[in-house]
Amino acid sequence: MADAASGEKTSVTITVDGREIEAKPGEMIIAAAERHGVYIPRFCYHPRMRPVGMCRMCLVEVVGPRGPMLSPACFVPVADGQVVNTETPGVKKAQDGVLEFLLANHPLDCPVCDKGGECPLQDQTFAFGPGETRFVEEKRHWEKPISLSALVQLDRERCIQCDRCTRFADEVAGDALIEFVGRGAEIEINTFPDEPFSSYFSGNTVQICPVGALLAAPYRFRARPWDLEQVESTCQACAFGCRIAVQSSNDKLTRYLGLDSDPVNHGWLCDKGRFSYEAVNSALRLGHPLVRSGSSLAAASWSEALDAAAQGLSDARTTFGAESVAVIGGARLANEDAYAWAKLAKGVLGTDSVDCQLGDGLPPEVVVGLPRATIDEACSASSVVLLAPDIKEALPVLYLRLRAAAVDGKTKIIELSPCSTGLTRYAAAVVGYAPGEAAAAARALAGAEPAGGNDAVEAARAMLGDRPVVVLGRPSVAESAQSIVEAAGVLAQLPGVRFLSALRRGNVHGAIDAGLAPGLLPGRVSLNSAGDWFSRHWGSVPATAGLDTAGILAAAAAGNVHGLVLLGADPLSDFPDQQLARRALERASFVVAVDTFLNDSVQHADVVLPAATFAERPGTTTNIEGRITRLGQKITAPEVAWPDWMIAVELAARLEADLGFFSMEEISEEMERLAPAFAGVTSELLASRPYRDGVVIPLREFPSPTRPTTVDSTADPMSTPGVLHADDQGPTEPVPAADDEGDEVEVSPSEVPGSDGGANRPPLLEWDGRVEPVTLPKPDAYALRLVVGRKLYDRGVLVQMSPALAPLAAPPVLRAHPSDLDRLGVKSGGQVRLRSARLSATIEVQADPHQRRGTASVPYNVPGLDTGALLRADEPVTEIAIETL
Amino acid sequence: MATSVDPIVTRNIGNPESWTLRSYLDHGGYEGLRRALKMSPEEVQSEVDKANLLGRGGAGFPAGRKWSMLRKASPSYLVVNGDESEPATFKDHMLMEEDPHQIIEGTLITAYAIGAAQAFIYVRGEFALGIERMTSALNEAYAHGAVGHRIFDSDFSIDVVIHPGAGAYICGDETALLESLEGKRGFPRIKPPYFPAVMGLYGAPTIVNNVETMSNVPWIILNGGEAFAAMGEAQATGTRLFAVSGHVVKPGNYEVELAKNTFRDLIYDPRYGAGIRGGNQLKAFIPGGASSFWFGPERLDMPLDETKVKGEGGSMMGSGSVIAMDENMCMVRASWRLVRFFQRESCGQCTPCREGSSWLEKIMRRIENGAGRTDDLDLLLDVCDNISPGVQWPSKWPPNMTTICPLGPSIPPPIVSAIGMFRDEFLVHIKEGACPYG
Repeated sequence: MADAASGEKTSVTITVDGREIEAKPGEMIIAAAERHGVYIPRFCYHPRMRPVGMCRMCLVEVVGPRGPMLSPACFVPVADGQVVNTETPGVKKAQDGVLEFLLANHPLDCPVCDKGGECPLQDQTFAFGPGETRFVEEKRHWEKPISLSALVQLDRERCIQCDRCTRFADEVAGDALIEFVGRGAEIEINTFPDEPFSSYFSGNTVQICPVGALLAAPYRFRARPWDLEQVESTCQACAFGCRIAVQSSNDKLTRYLGLDSDPVNHGWLCDKGRFSYEAVNSALRLGHPLVRSGSSLAAASWSEALDAAAQGLSDARTTFGAESVAVIGGARLANEDAYAWAKLAKGVLGTDSVDCQLGDGLPPEVVVGLPRATIDEACSASSVVLLAPDIKEALPVLYLRLRAAAVDGKTKIIELSPCSTGLTRYAAAVVGYAPGEAAAAARALAGAEPAGGNDAVEAARAMLGDRPVVVLGRPSVAESAQSIVEAAGVLAQLPGVRFLSALRRGNVHGAIDAGLAPGLLPGRVSLNSAGDWFSRHWGSVPATAGLDTAGILAAAAAGNVHGLVLLGADPLSDFPDQQLARRALERASFVVAVDTFLNDSVQHADVVLPAATFAERPGTTTNIEGRITRLGQKITAPEVAWPDWMIAVELAARLEADLGFFSMEEISEEMERLAPAFAGVTSELLASRPYRDGVVIPLREFPSPTRPTTVDSTADPMSTPGVLHADDQGPTEPVPAADDEGDEVEVSPSEVPGSDGGANRPPLLEWDGRVEPVTLPKPDAYALRLVVGRKLYDRGVLVQMSPALAPLAAPPVLRAHPSDLDRLGVKSGGQVRLRSARLSATIEVQADPHQRRGTASVPYNVPGLDTGALLRADEPVTEIAIETL
Repeated sequence: MATSVDPIVTRNIGNPESWTLRSYLDHGGYEGLRRALKMSPEEVQSEVDKANLLGRGGAGFPAGRKWSMLRKASPSYLVVNGDESEPATFKDHMLMEEDPHQIIEGTLITAYAIGAAQAFIYVRGEFALGIERMTSALNEAYAHGAVGHRIFDSDFSIDVVIHPGAGAYICGDETALLESLEGKRGFPRIKPPYFPAVMGLYGAPTIVNNVETMSNVPWIILNGGEAFAAMGEAQATGTRLFAVSGHVVKPGNYEVELAKNTFRDLIYDPRYGAGIRGGNQLKAFIPGGASSFWFGPERLDMPLDETKVKGEGGSMMGSGSVIAMDENMCMVRASWRLVRFFQRESCGQCTPCREGSSWLEKIMRRIENGAGRTDDLDLLLDVCDNISPGVQWPSKWPPNMTTICPLGPSIPPPIVSAIGMFRDEFLVHIKEGACPYG
């Protein structure tokens, strides 16, 4: 078959076991055969990595000019007219022989091996191998196991040298920290001396190990695979939205495994996501409501606590008006939870001072109102402009995707940054800028200002191409959002440009889309344009736009907030002005906290309501590209914790309002009906198999076309050992049968926004690009402008409540350019005193030639430095001084 | 039948300080290069084609044809394989120590013929003296203007690098050698691509030739391809250097005309091996290095012609090593020692070789030590079959393999030959629970 336009072949025909099949040019025999139902056994082959042909399990006969020759099916590409035999006696003998070789030195300690029961070697031995071994010699012995890192252990006796882990570390993660050592039968996988396998992605090697050689320290000896139940879900450790299998035993989470979602994570997870299930299991979880009694919080029943909460909020509203009530937080919530809370806050309490971000993100109209790109579009864009936090720290699997795209030459990365990030070494061009001056850098890149002989800018400008994608987030929380917004406004003028959000917190995009943001109503519409529509359906909405988190906290500190709801928010840790957050929480007259842990901020609350969290309730979530996927429920919440939507419904009832729904299903139905961006996103659609990867909203067509996957790894039990069968990962609750044909999903065309039936719906918000230019302080020769970014392992609850992850949060290091250190007489590696207008602290300093001169970087929210206490919310940039002790 | 021709690759050996530039020049050194530089690269290649010079590394592929397969792309490289590491193979060893300039000259001519941007000579790491002499010869050649920018005032520029290996037999495999040159683990590359001439060093088209092959090139240019082809016979032209060892009276390297001489000549001719020590009987001999199938005395009159050794004999001349074994040799032990070599040198990349070599070695050791079982012989042969499917006695060429590189199918020949020829010896070991040779 040939593409008529290009004349290039689009398929070739090969014969497998006497049957002609169509194959894609360039693909390997193993993949083509698998798609047509011929499963060739394998160990080293993985659909997401380059083949190596090492294990020899996939030997088949390929008929060549000199007759049939044994060839590895994973390494020989298909060719027109090729004849392949997979079942001849010669093939069987070779495969049996390989299996016997693999078992020769493999310890048969399956009864105590984590992999036992889900082990490809075990399974293929049952399927293909002889019943008894002929190997009577002494087996190879190694010390077992050894630690490769804090999270990964290695039993070298079990290793079959398939090169999957080493290939992953090198090729996919870019952390080539494990390697083959030795030779022949004494070959082993190991780290280099004194260099642990401290990769953010090390857990993937455990998942793809085809035997029990690589072991996850937190999982080792904890469960047997046949005792595990599982459900598909979406990781909430960041906003990237990796698909996972959530596995549990005895109503406790035991493990997350990455699922291969072609548009998102390709099967990979970061270690924070993978092991954060420990936080869900934590014994410190809030299990019952608390009500303040004097200086302490005392256990209460739900009705006591809800009564108290409703009373406090109602009093504030009655006495001081609806604008004295505010809600902070919401990124922990599922979309439906967020919608319920938006309806409670805006439709019942009547306040628009609702913000799911904590002053460390971007204005919601910028997040939703710019033309958006998907992750795939970013990875195949002519260029990717990074104006974002360190992607490796903030959205680790997006880092893997962008890194792969850059390494494979599919796109060019242009980084706008004041300091080096994980992606700097893969960037084709780096345009440095000083905090506060992002807009000037953007103007130079966009050609609005002359490059002024700056070669880096010239080079970057030449690379932009005709369809760039900007990955947009807050590069530094010590640089005001306004500065980044101004830069975004400049970049939005680039021809063909689209944006991919780099906000990082859990379901922050779903929360914004559900209306937990000032000035917005559910479905990516503005309060101005959609006020009437929602008034009609909800009864009422606030008349004017409310405050964002910075505004709410400032108002609270000024004594103007009398009812504050912390909806899974810890402003004391997260808001980049700790002093303001503290004053606000101390002065707010009445604080309700809905949370899973008793964190610093929650301790200021008058009423604490325990919430169910990830894996404890169903629902949907939205990732950075606006992809909605299903969350799975696998376990029950601790004690009497409730899902957030239920808390909203019950609070509303006590405020004498009816939110109009009594189940997640009903909320989802209302969202689809009322919230414009959610039009067409029904639970039936999401539950049908063609949409297992979710849908990107707003849907452009009905039903949303399914995309062809580049790799169908669901058919291969080897690519993700431990995920039982693709068919077993069905929906959490029965849904109407939806066949593999997308068109059986019923979505009425009349509901397409913009088509006749949807004409009344308010239009989706488009950002007008209006920004106030930032006024910067005069430069001070002795001061360094501060860059503050987050680390993957920090003081957040997900890390701190996971015993395996908590020790990985590293102490802070200040980075500055060597010439600045020289100028200030400070030695790299030593301790220095750091002073800002607000704080003085001692910190280790490191010279970093990639750090822009005149700036210094410190991490945010890590043990050992209260970075939040350095910062002022009302300053566009923060300046510090460093001096020797 | 033994013929006598003037030696080619060993012609300078025996001259005083034959490894120095002065000595080399005194004996016509670098004249071949000067002549080649006056010819076009195509003419040089055509001379080598006419000579029908077969690669002397083991595979025996015609050098001229290999060169013509070089993908046209810039840059391309020439790599000279001096990683001679097999037991009882020591011909390249001598050439590198005694006549390094001849190798360098051949390398330069070849680089010119194929248009290589740079040449690398990979020398086995254990060859301390060889590395020293190759390196100082290269320095002399640079000073002499034979290497470097616009050599001998021609338009051709070439740099040559001597790269010592790090102690792995597997790096003698051309693709493992390329990996090693690139600074990686010495793992052979998996095919496809099938030839380094298409994708070799750093992904560029690369010709890999053996040291002895290079040593023949200056002579061919000086004397013409036809003169070379006039020696030997159609598919076995010129001379070849054989490392004769084992229980012969005079072990050593002997250069003989191909096809016109036989294994008997190599082992018994007084100029060469000079017969079996102590007047003993020849029990068996290994015709082409550790990985070749063995021959019994009935094959002594087989001419030194790769086509015949493979076709009629089912073995190969391989690395040019001939090992004679007399009646006092325990064939189980001989076979085990060879298997042990392969077991120690298996790189560990692919399963059948990594696991199979160590398994076979353990069984062989057990039998030799008197703990064998009757079933072990069938087991040995079946394990061999899983590495090299269809392997049998009498042997057939070429072997099949389930492995990535030819090291895998190199393991069965000593076992299959020993069991095929001397099954009784195995049975005695097993029955008596000890080695009858003590």
